[in-house]
Amino acid sequence: MDDLKNKYDVIVVGAGHAGCEAALASARLNLKTLLLTINIDKIALMPCNPAIGGVGKSQLVSELDALGGQMAKVADDTLIQLKVLNKSKGPAVQSLRAQIDKKCYEIEMKKILENCKNLILRQGTVSDILIKNNKVTGVELEGGNFFCCHAVIIAAGTFLRGRIIIGDKEYKAGRMGEYPSMNLTRSLNNAGIKTGRYQTATPPRIDKRSIDFSKTVEQPGESIPMTFSFWKDKKIHLNISSFLTYTNKKTHEIIAHNIDKSPIRSGIINTHGPRHCPSIDRKVINFPEKNRHPIFIEPEGKNTNEMYLQGLTTSMPVELQQQIINSVEGLENARIIRPGYAVEYDYIYPNQLHLTLESKTVENLFFAGQINGTSGYEEAAVQGFIAGTNASLKIFGKPPLVLTREESYIGVLIDDLITKELLEPYRMYTSRAEYRLLLRSDNADLRLSKYGYKTGLLSKKQYEKVLKKEKDMKFLEGYLKNKIIFPNIQNNRFLKDMGSSILDVPATLYQILKRPETDIFKLIGNFCNDIYIKDPEVFNQTEINIKYEGYILKQIEEIKKYSNLEKITIPQNIDFFKIRGLTYEAQDKLNTVKPNTLGQASRIAGVSPADISILLISLKSGVKK
Amino acid sequence: MNDDTIAALATRAGEAAVNIIKISGKESINIAEKIFKSKSNKKICDLRTYKIIYGNIFDKNKIIDEVLVSVMKAPKSYTREDIVEINCHGGMVAVNKILELIIENGARLAEPGEFTKRAFLNGRIDLSQAEAVIDIINAKTINSLKIAANNLSGSLKNEIKNIRKKLLDIIVEIEASIDFIEEDLEIIPYKKMRKDINEVHENLIELIKSEEKGEIIKNGIKITIAGKPNVGKSSLLNLIVKKEKSIVTHIPGTTRDAIDEIIYMDGIPVTITDTAGIRKSKNYIEKIGVKKSISEIEKADIIIVILDNSKEISDEDIEIIKKSKEKKVVICINKIDKRSKIKKEKIEEYIKKENIIEISATKRIGIEKLEKKIKDLTIGKEKFEIEEKIIINKRQKISIEKAKIEIENAQKAFDLKLSEEFPVIELRAAYNTLGEIIGENTGEDILNGIFRKFCIGK
Repeated sequence: MDDLKNKYDVIVVGAGHAGCEAALASARLNLKTLLLTINIDKIALMPCNPAIGGVGKSQLVSELDALGGQMAKVADDTLIQLKVLNKSKGPAVQSLRAQIDKKCYEIEMKKILENCKNLILRQGTVSDILIKNNKVTGVELEGGNFFCCHAVIIAAGTFLRGRIIIGDKEYKAGRMGEYPSMNLTRSLNNAGIKTGRYQTATPPRIDKRSIDFSKTVEQPGESIPMTFSFWKDKKIHLNISSFLTYTNKKTHEIIAHNIDKSPIRSGIINTHGPRHCPSIDRKVINFPEKNRHPIFIEPEGKNTNEMYLQGLTTSMPVELQQQIINSVEGLENARIIRPGYAVEYDYIYPNQLHLTLESKTVENLFFAGQINGTSGYEEAAVQGFIAGTNASLKIFGKPPLVLTREESYIGVLIDDLITKELLEPYRMYTSRAEYRLLLRSDNADLRLSKYGYKTGLLSKKQYEKVLKKEKDMKFLEGYLKNKIIFPNIQNNRFLKDMGSSILDVPATLYQILKRPETDIFKLIGNFCNDIYIKDPEVFNQTEINIKYEGYILKQIEEIKKYSNLEKITIPQNIDFFKIRGLTYEAQDKLNTVKPNTLGQASRIAGVSPADISILLISLKSGVKK
Repeated sequence: MNDDTIAALATRAGEAAVNIIKISGKESINIAEKIFKSKSNKKICDLRTYKIIYGNIFDKNKIIDEVLVSVMKAPKSYTREDIVEINCHGGMVAVNKILELIIENGARLAEPGEFTKRAFLNGRIDLSQAEAVIDIINAKTINSLKIAANNLSGSLKNEIKNIRKKLLDIIVEIEASIDFIEEDLEIIPYKKMRKDINEVHENLIELIKSEEKGEIIKNGIKITIAGKPNVGKSSLLNLIVKKEKSIVTHIPGTTRDAIDEIIYMDGIPVTITDTAGIRKSKNYIEKIGVKKSISEIEKADIIIVILDNSKEISDEDIEIIKKSKEKKVVICINKIDKRSKIKKEKIEEYIKKENIIEISATKRIGIEKLEKKIKDLTIGKEKFEIEEKIIINKRQKISIEKAKIEIENAQKAFDLKLSEEFPVIELRAAYNTLGEIIGENTGEDILNGIFRKFCIGK
């Protein structure tokens, strides 16, 4: 076991979206990193929807990119369609969503891993986490290999005691056609980590050649230059269309008629699945009054005929899946390439983790991704990054990277995971963030690159780019505040042409920009010939800051108001049952979650503002334990 | 935190035939044991909770009073601590002596509201309930007691819950339209949403209004009678007071010259102040009198200006009327049984005709009309049904006003046609603010609402 060859700083278990980011973070921080996966051909796989982004999710991708993560760049390099969601709304809730060439994404990510210094990729199934004095010492593989290490990051996805269900058939599998990990859960349970069961499902894929596209509505992407990554030049990407069709009465009749064959009805599946991704069976049960449900037919890649049926998730028997599909317009002759299925798996209750994603019970053991009860590639990736970074920082003896709710969606995600009582796989939404107007995709670099640089995952050059942007924005704002526009005929005609009202008295450009209908590029183009700034993002950011100034300031005020609660820390050894005055429910919930701060405590369901006042009083009067 | 034992007189001093002394805390039973001997020789500590025992309070060997002692053991008591209540006779000498004995034996005198504070700190009641209890303690009238009881039982909570539910429905629609833009959702039309927001706004205004009425019921109405000497102020005052004499109490005025009388109208206390300076009829004093009247006028809810029907209006009269105009004012033309010299048109320049009432204090004409006018001006024309109204207190009012402003900001954002994420910030803020009043946080309400309402998952 002392063989140097088998000694690592960090071992990452699982090479999905969380595992890849975790391994890259620690290896790039110069730690000897081993990335273990059950199947080396399935790295960074997208087993469900071949897409990255979406409302709330693309914000996570931007933040990860601003910190020095990998996902955004690989997505930019492999996407085959890009859309802006919430286009008619403000910048805070606008989001990117990309269709990804699934195979290309895997190949690209594997290439990056293979060429990363300090990173070793290896196929193997971990059976045991080795622990001494509540501290991780290494891992053992099925078949008896040992590896020693300082820290372990578990990013096992749906593989722990994975069980696949189609109709009345079940298989032990992590994903369709892949071995599950049958022993790791027991090892975790033995170490005192509690686990539960979740379920999720995926729709069937069909052959492109068997679809009658004339009966569907084409859904093209955008052909404007865009990227996920801040560090890549914007470009116009491939634009391969998706197609829209709908289920109908006949579809629903088939489902209703055979509902006893649906695993969610027959009782084969009785675990919680994500409410945002219900199966078509569930939709027909829960919303019988709806006459149709949309189905998006999405390409899985540019070199394949496989098409993904978004909206038709089901784990009904295969022959019924075929009937359901063929009842839909445009899919009358569609052939299934692979059927849809449900997978049930072990996850750990995430409230057993610190905000660093380290276990509260076993030191140097980190968890990231779906195993923490989340759903989605983006949610997994950011956790992988945070776990990988914090495992490394801990080895270096440096303070951890903990992002707050006020500064990031990543902070919202991890705080929610640890604080809230979650009954289903967790997906990000913009409505989860209290300070949504501040946490925009477009300003993630301004918010977070300082942490990426400080940690060492962002280069000096990258960070300086952000600093320059900040400096230019400051300059531009000052410039606009001083630039006075006079109410002469020429100026007023220009404003009128722009759809804005004319001036009666002189106004600064800053004031004019506050009008919703004005556009910074047109104004600068007309009134200023002495601006040297080239980066269009500087203008965009400045315009957003000016146009939404009132709301932005209001949110900053809110943050200040609550920052006191966030600053008051709660000792971890406190017994809330001994604090008099708290309701029993609050005592119980607080003892389960063991919040780090009063702010975190205030977000626990069942803890009322009155309980917080009492907690505050007892903390101040020094009642401990 | 609350290791000491507190005691206080639970009934109002001097008002009742029987007084109750309440002791709360760890030592309450021990302390009572030391000063009490039961007729049946039973110990208090042997009593089951909620039981009463009969006996005497002793100071050494001397009997102080014959009493009933009841025990409520922790945590099933108001404060969740051991509570002993001593029911003794009304005389203040005995009450004070018993309290002294209790304190000698280790308790301390409770601060005002401290029992409630403990009930709150020990998790027995929430903040809005605690405030309602404090209101009960301070209640001056039967009506205000009813309101306080109503509040405690949670009707305020229910009303706020109702408003929050309406608000949540709107928030759910908006958030669904943002986070689930890719779904095929039928979001309610903007116009309907705007209407629903207006409704919430109106509900909040109603609640705020109820605070003003609550203030009146709790603190009563203050009426100032103003007017020159010999216009009949005291005879009118005596008349009103005598009519209600069964419940009249006489409290000496705070200033040497003013006399306050308290009467009850429909259970609401009405303090009537007779501005006294004007009684002295020398000219230079009259000027001081006017000044004094003016300062009394500023404190009053209603001013009754009495004029003499048999005399012409003087400049002082006009000045008083002018000063009163900011307030609710009733002009009382007295002595209508005498020949009229007064020019009513001159008064009507300043005061609405309906607020001018003609009376004769000596002949008892028009008194009912005057009383009705006072009621109309204070608690409103409709009969005040206490059971149906929810009265809020100051703290709650501040929160509700905050929520109201947040709703108004949302309305503005809607009217400016800003996209949905802007008004919803304000709506969510209002939802939180209202949650604070009843002690609920937002948690997963919004997402749960979306999943309940919409078929998500394209």
